[in-house]
Amino acid sequence: MGRYVIRRLLQMIPVFFGTTLLIFLMVNVMGDPIAGLCGDRQCDPATAAQLRAEFGLDKPVWQQYLTYMGNVFTGDFGTAFNGQKVTELMATAFPITIRLTLIAIVFEIVIGISLGVVTGLRRGRPIDTTVLILTLVVISVPTFVTGLLLQLLLGVEWGVIKPSVSSDAPWNELIIPGLVLASVSLAYVTRLTRTSIAENARADYVRTATAKGLPRRRVVVRHLLRNSLIPVVTFIGTDVGALMGGAIVTERIFNIHGVGFQLYQGILRQNSQTVVGFVTILVLVFLAANLIVDLLYAVLDPRIRYA
Amino acid sequence: MRGATQARWAACAVAVALAATACGGGDDSGGGGADGIVSSSWGDPQNPLEPANTNEVQGGKVLDMIFRGLKQYDPKTGEAKNMLAEKIETTDSQNFTVTVKDGWTFSNGEKVTAASFVDAWNYGAALKNNQKNAFFFTQIDGYDKAHPESGTASTDKLSGLKVVDDKTFTVKLSQKFSLWPDTLGYPAFAPLPKAFFTDHDAWLAKPVGNGPYRIDKYAKGSAMNLRKWDEYPGGDKAQNGGIDLKVYTDNNTAYTDLTAGNLDLVDDVPASQLKNVKSDLGDRYINTPAGIIQTLAFPFYEAGWDTPKAAKVRQGLSMAINRQQITDQIFQKTRTPASDWTSPVLGEEGGFKKGLCGPACEYDKAAAKKLIDDNGGIPGGQLKISYNADTGSHKEWVDAVCNSINNVMGNNRACVGSPVGTFADFRSQVSQQKLTSAWRAGWQMDYPLIQNFLQPVYYTNASSNDGKWSDKKFDDLVDKANAETDKAKAVSTFQEAEKVMVEQMPVIPLWYQNGSAGYSDRIENVALNPFSVPVYDQIKVK
Repeated sequence: MGRYVIRRLLQMIPVFFGTTLLIFLMVNVMGDPIAGLCGDRQCDPATAAQLRAEFGLDKPVWQQYLTYMGNVFTGDFGTAFNGQKVTELMATAFPITIRLTLIAIVFEIVIGISLGVVTGLRRGRPIDTTVLILTLVVISVPTFVTGLLLQLLLGVEWGVIKPSVSSDAPWNELIIPGLVLASVSLAYVTRLTRTSIAENARADYVRTATAKGLPRRRVVVRHLLRNSLIPVVTFIGTDVGALMGGAIVTERIFNIHGVGFQLYQGILRQNSQTVVGFVTILVLVFLAANLIVDLLYAVLDPRIRYA
Repeated sequence: MRGATQARWAACAVAVALAATACGGGDDSGGGGADGIVSSSWGDPQNPLEPANTNEVQGGKVLDMIFRGLKQYDPKTGEAKNMLAEKIETTDSQNFTVTVKDGWTFSNGEKVTAASFVDAWNYGAALKNNQKNAFFFTQIDGYDKAHPESGTASTDKLSGLKVVDDKTFTVKLSQKFSLWPDTLGYPAFAPLPKAFFTDHDAWLAKPVGNGPYRIDKYAKGSAMNLRKWDEYPGGDKAQNGGIDLKVYTDNNTAYTDLTAGNLDLVDDVPASQLKNVKSDLGDRYINTPAGIIQTLAFPFYEAGWDTPKAAKVRQGLSMAINRQQITDQIFQKTRTPASDWTSPVLGEEGGFKKGLCGPACEYDKAAAKKLIDDNGGIPGGQLKISYNADTGSHKEWVDAVCNSINNVMGNNRACVGSPVGTFADFRSQVSQQKLTSAWRAGWQMDYPLIQNFLQPVYYTNASSNDGKWSDKKFDDLVDKANAETDKAKAVSTFQEAEKVMVEQMPVIPLWYQNGSAGYSDRIENVALNPFSVPVYDQIKVK
């Protein structure tokens, strides 16, 4: 187990460097960011040169990357164009997005898995068909449509929520955005759980457990569900990273100043310090989530052992 | 049964979620309420908030509220009126003596003196401070020493600025410029307190100025709370308790918040909502001219475009654009077809002259095609209009302009749009002269003077002459106009220079842009100034 974890951690190093380098190059080929700083007017050459030197943009890309990585390991993620430290931006953006992601994940787990179990045990019944149709609708409608619709109905027409989230983004204001963010994944979780449960419902160990006279609840939760969760956990695990990075649409609609907003701003302003910094953290989150998922396998199915 | 129970449980969870959200909120954000606070939409300023470093509207809004300079532009007429200036005197249009009014202080209690201005201007001009608006000080003598085009600066003081006493300072310009005092209303010329120089970081975290508002709380990137400064000595005291600026990720969300009663003022109605705005807001929708003109620019560094024949082709292209139709249909009348190179906000006296461009800016299918065909067609065979696709819904109008040209030419490929991903990339292609055909251009005035619409954009090697157009006759007329001591004469000489542009068509004027805003029924007396920024201090809360 220990050795497995260490091996996985070591594997993360090349992945980490590779992804950051890729992002760094991608932001760089977009051209000169200083040109956009002066609006529809050309920056005067002397100031532009000075700004380029300040942000290290006058050096070759490989040198910029090395300096950048060197700084990152000392905890310095550079400065955004508006003079704010990138770490400062992260400190405001990440807590908000983590809250939003947690809410989304909770929705996925609670609603997604429950619906999956219910429909998996009742295949072909009206409730199964209804949920299948519903999930199909949710999957096929783009997130921004769901988001704008809920915002319009709940926020403007019925006045149940505020259409926009205030700048501190407390938990209660994030519930609807969290639901919107979770919606598509939630539908997938439902379907995954349903298939998995339906498959395993006829397995020998379920029949054995039932024959032993265990209460149905215990059979479903401890035996059937636990064995059916592996694909679902894999999906939810990878979804953590996807939700955090992919919240751009939801965050825009509900005016949430989280990671998505900062990334969007960073890309628009071609601010490589912001973009690379945020993506670096996201990559780490992604890698960590994957590791946790892999370790969870052993918990769910003791037959899976790590040397 | 269990299934049903669980479904019910899930439904309950959603219901609880909704109820919880409904209970939430009601704190200081949102629709204001207490003490006449107005909430307004905002965008994240791109640069640090310093007077000489702010060159976009979002940061400019704040500077407008917390600073007052020597002059102030009348929010209705755009006329430059004395604010902190007691008098600005000159005998030769080159040496000016500025007297600062008594009794003005910064909101931290520090007195505003002649040195507050001189220090601020020196700071703004000095190369080492990286101020993006440094070029505003180009006219002052010694700028080339403090801010050379390349290399290092030999000094960080402008030799043209001298403090005489607490109330007086003198300015020597490098050449005659009679209208110079009228430029001093621009925020870059604002005075700065000592605190700005002694503890710069603290000042940036919470800027201190001398305007009708002071900053109460500033959460960078998300919100700024400005409150009325009670001891403000000026005549334009704030008519409300304060302004809460709230950063929106998307102006559509701001608009939604306004219609939901969650926000008082939106100063940028999104294009997609223009169709509904009348029914949503009625007469609480403002659509007034702003000092912005949009144009099509051309690369004069490309041999094909810099010929006498190409000038005729440009005239032809100009005549091939159906401005009226595009402004009506695509912009829902938030633009006005342009017929000169200035803006209606200048007024007749200020140099705006409707129809100055004459037939060259009027839609005429037959004449347009003839002009283009007779003069060798479009250089390069095809007109490519580059634009940035990330903001401002430029795609729609570029496509419409191309459609109009293609119709005239009877050729579907005569004109095509050429999108560039981001504004920064677009600007870098423009400034590095990588574009070989036309691109969308525009000019937002810094101060309401005809000079500002012409000199920085079309004078040989001027700071914003991206197309590198150069015309001796035009340059001479501009020089002559600047040396003119009589304002009316200066204006008419500038118009002479504009007539050169009718012949040469260095850029095709498209339309004048309006400022648009919408507000809630909680507030009244809302107006936009000529810079399309709301006149915040005059807003009253019902």
